[in-house]
Amino acid sequence: METVIILHLLLGFMIIGSIITIEIKNMLSAVIAVGAVGFIVSMAFLFLGAPDIAITQVIVEILSLIILIRATINVDNEAIEKKEEHVLSNRTTLIFVGVILVFAWFAFHSLRPFGEPLMRVSNFYLIHGLAEVGATNFVTSVILDFRAYDTFGEAMVLFVSISGAFVILRRWKREQHKDFLRIDREH
Amino acid sequence: MKKNKQSGMTFIVKTITNLIIGFMMVFGAYIVLYGHITPGGGFPGGVMIALAYILITLAYGRKVVESMVSGIAGSIADDFGALVILVLGLIGLWIGGTFLFNFLPKGTPFSLFSAGNIILYNLAITVKVGMSLYIVFLALAILQRVVTEDETQEVRK
Repeated sequence: METVIILHLLLGFMIIGSIITIEIKNMLSAVIAVGAVGFIVSMAFLFLGAPDIAITQVIVEILSLIILIRATINVDNEAIEKKEEHVLSNRTTLIFVGVILVFAWFAFHSLRPFGEPLMRVSNFYLIHGLAEVGATNFVTSVILDFRAYDTFGEAMVLFVSISGAFVILRRWKREQHKDFLRIDREH
Repeated sequence: MKKNKQSGMTFIVKTITNLIIGFMMVFGAYIVLYGHITPGGGFPGGVMIALAYILITLAYGRKVVESMVSGIAGSIADDFGALVILVLGLIGLWIGGTFLFNFLPKGTPFSLFSAGNIILYNLAITVKVGMSLYIVFLALAILQRVVTEDETQEVRK
């Protein structure tokens, strides 16, 4: 019961941080508010008993914060102006949100209560995991043995997305591509 | 570590970087090697090692970190990590009949060398994730600089 209260408190902080991120004018402050939301997410993972994903969340949050701060620290903050609000797009958004909420009402009623998951597949992992894999961290034994194909696919997704970003974001011409990443001239 | 007083941040940042960088690398290696016993694994360990290199980049500048691990070497290590996972999966297919089969001996639980292939997968994922995120940061720094070069050329014209 205490965990649920703490989770609701953290959820409130997350919503406040998200609203600050959207509404604030300064880009750097918005990035810092996003970082605060990320760290609260990792705290929520800790209270839910998932230290693996909490470690990953903290570390990836630090990395993305460094990259975002480095990208926005030289941006002219006052140059961002408010766009004109379209009445039609607002109404369409509201209608879609309403439809999603109606379906979510029925969907959440067919779910099991919070904290009592179905243990049909997970029980197999918990009973046979130690004997068949030998890893005492069951999360690792699931993601790298029982579900290793998924992890392999995720590693390939990272590989392909970084290659694609490199090709799209490049500024060098095709004949110069041999010295990409090796430009040593200082401007 | 080479002292380059022309580039990078102030003396305070460089000193604290020198103190902290070893602990970051060792903790990243610990998280990877004990990923099958305690919480952790290849992905957070790899990101932590990438963060150590990014800290060197921020404190000392790009030239110092490129003299340690160049962009080409990072790119090759990234490809090598992906290749190791694929080769281990194919060896498992050859030995056990299923792709990514756990073919090494399981060992005793709670010891470092247990759980068969998982430690090898963790190491490969560490190299892949760490080096790919490191070269992403390096590429962003280079892109920023190339843009400014173009702009200065336009101004000169």
